[in-house]
Amino acid sequence: MNLEVTAKTRLGDFALDAALASEGRTTALFGRSGSGKTSLVNIIAGLLRPAEGRVAVDGTVLFDSEAGINIPAHRRRIGYVFQEGRLFPHLTVRNNLLYGRWFAPEESRHVSLDEVVELLGLEDLLERGTAQLSGGEKQRVAIGRALLCCPRLLLMDEPLASLDDARKAEVMPFLERLRDHARVPIVYVSHSVAEVVRLATTLVLMSEGRVVASGPTAEVMGRIDLFPITGPVEAGAVIDGTVEAHDAAAELTHVRSRAGLFRVPGLDLTPGTHIRMRVRARDVMIAVKAPEGLSALNVLPGKVVEVGPLQGPVVDIALNCGGERLVAELTRHSVEALQLTPGREVFALIKSVTFDEVSDVSGLGRAPDAITN
Amino acid sequence: MLTLTPEELAAIKLSLRVATLAMAASLPFGIVIAMVLTRTRFFGRPLLNALVLLPLVLPPVVTGYVLLLLFGRQGPVGRFLDEQFGIVIAFRWTGAALACAIMGFPLMVRAIQLSLQAVDRRLEQAAATLGANPLLVFVTVTLPLILPGVIAGAILSFARAMGEFGATITFVSNIPGETQTLPTLIYTFTQVPGGEPGALRLTLISIAISLGAILVSETFVRRVQPRLGLPNES
Repeated sequence: MNLEVTAKTRLGDFALDAALASEGRTTALFGRSGSGKTSLVNIIAGLLRPAEGRVAVDGTVLFDSEAGINIPAHRRRIGYVFQEGRLFPHLTVRNNLLYGRWFAPEESRHVSLDEVVELLGLEDLLERGTAQLSGGEKQRVAIGRALLCCPRLLLMDEPLASLDDARKAEVMPFLERLRDHARVPIVYVSHSVAEVVRLATTLVLMSEGRVVASGPTAEVMGRIDLFPITGPVEAGAVIDGTVEAHDAAAELTHVRSRAGLFRVPGLDLTPGTHIRMRVRARDVMIAVKAPEGLSALNVLPGKVVEVGPLQGPVVDIALNCGGERLVAELTRHSVEALQLTPGREVFALIKSVTFDEVSDVSGLGRAPDAITN
Repeated sequence: MLTLTPEELAAIKLSLRVATLAMAASLPFGIVIAMVLTRTRFFGRPLLNALVLLPLVLPPVVTGYVLLLLFGRQGPVGRFLDEQFGIVIAFRWTGAALACAIMGFPLMVRAIQLSLQAVDRRLEQAAATLGANPLLVFVTVTLPLILPGVIAGAILSFARAMGEFGATITFVSNIPGETQTLPTLIYTFTQVPGGEPGALRLTLISIAISLGAILVSETFVRRVQPRLGLPNES
C-alpha cells in the first residue's frame, strides 16, 4: 500500500497544512483532539475538500487541486469506520453489512459475507435491528460493513473512542485479526497510545493541523523531543519481544528482547509468542553502577544516547540497550547529579511493563500492566 | 335516515377519488420541494417558500379564482393544455383534484420538511463512503428515514382534500356527478328546504373519514418510528 496525502485548508479558526506518505499496512494517525486527524481522514475519504492538495492511493489519484481532479466519495472505494458507527437504523445488521456490496463493482467483490461474519464474530447478530446492539457490537458491524464494500483502503476514525474499557477490550482483538488477516491496508486514527502501539506499524504524529513526525511506531514513540505531543503520562519506549519460558515456581514469565531478558508476572502465553511491550518513561529509573539489593527484577545495561533540554524540573533521556531504544523520565536534579551525558554507561531499572500483544488473541482479560519490582 | 341516496353516494365516491388523486399526484412534488427548501440555499428560496405557503393563508376563493384564470379554457395554461394535449380540467373532477392538491400542498411539504430536518446527515455521508451515488443515497437512506413524515404529509393532504370547499367550488363549480364533492353537496343541502337530514348524514360520514385518516396516519408513523430507532413522539 502506498498512501500519499498533502492538504492545505482552513476550517474556521483551524488551519490544516499536512503532508504524509505511508507504505505501512497499518498507519496510525496519532495526536490530541483537535489536531486535525479527522479532517485529514475526511479529506482522504472525499467528505471534505481541501483548498489545495493531492490524495493518491497506490498511484490512483483521488484528488488533485492543481490537475482539477476530485473523485466523489462514492467512487473512491475507501472504507470508513466512523467513531459513532453510523449504522443505518432502518436496516437489519445483515442489510447494513451488505449495503456497500450492492454498489461494489462485480470484479472487485473479493470479500464474502461469510468471511466477514466469521472474522468479526457476527453470526448471532445478523437478523437483529441496530437498536438492539451494544456499542461494541455496533462498531464490529460498522467495520464489517466497510470491509464488505471491498475498499482499497480502510479508514478508522477512533473506532473505540465511544466505548468504555470493557467494550474496548472486546473489540480490540477483532481489530488485530482485521489487521493480520484482512488484505486491506488501514489508516487508524487515535489519541490513545495503547491502541496505536498495539495496532500500528507506521505512526504519523499530528499536532495543530500539521504532521510533526512519521515513521515506524517504536521509532516515533521513543523520540524524546516528541514527548510533549505523545503525552507526558503514556510516553515511553516500545520493545518487541518473544515469550521464552515460564518460571512456574516464581510464577514469572521470561521475555527475550534485544534489550535483554525481561522477567514479568506470569503471562498465559505459549513460549514463542511474539509480544510488544511498552515501557513508560516514568517507570524507568537509572543507576550509574550495577545496583544490588533491589526489588526491581529487570535491570538492563545500556548507554545514554540523548539527553533532553535541561529546562524545568524533569528531563527525558534516551538509552541504547542492546540496540533497543529505551527512554526514562528523570528529575533534572538527578540528571545533573549523576552527570548523565551521551555516551555514559548506565543501568536502567524497569518498574513496570505494559503488554500489547501483536498477533495472539488468546490472552485476553489479563491486567495490561505488570509491576516488576 | 341512515340510508344514503345515490346522489350522496356519488359525492362520497367522487370526494375519495379526488382526494386520492390530489394526494398521489402532489406527493413527488412535495418531496422534491421539501428537499429543495431544506437542503439548498439559493437566492429565490424565501420566495419559493412563501409561494408554497400561500394557499394556507389566502382565502380559498382567491386560490380557486386564480386557478380559474390560469387553467380555465381561456386561461393561458388551460388553453395550452387543451390545444396541445386535448386536456381540459376546468369544471372537471381532475380540476377539483388540482385545487385540492394545491390547498393541501403546504401541509404536505411542512410535514416532510420536519422529518428531513431530523435526518442525521452523517448517515448519508456513510452511505456515500460505501459507494452509493447521491440518488441511491436518497432512495436507500434518506427516503426510508423520512417515511413517517412522508406518510403524515400524505394523510394531511388527503384529509385537507376531503374537506376542500372554497377553491373547488370557485374553480370547478358544483356539478352533480362531475365536481360535486362531499363538502359542496353538504353546502347544497343547506341551501334547499328539507336538506337537513342529508346534510347531517354527510357530516357524520365526513367526520368518520377524517377521523379514520388521522388514526391510520398515526398508526403508520408509530409503526415506522421504533423501527428507525427514533424516540416516539407522544
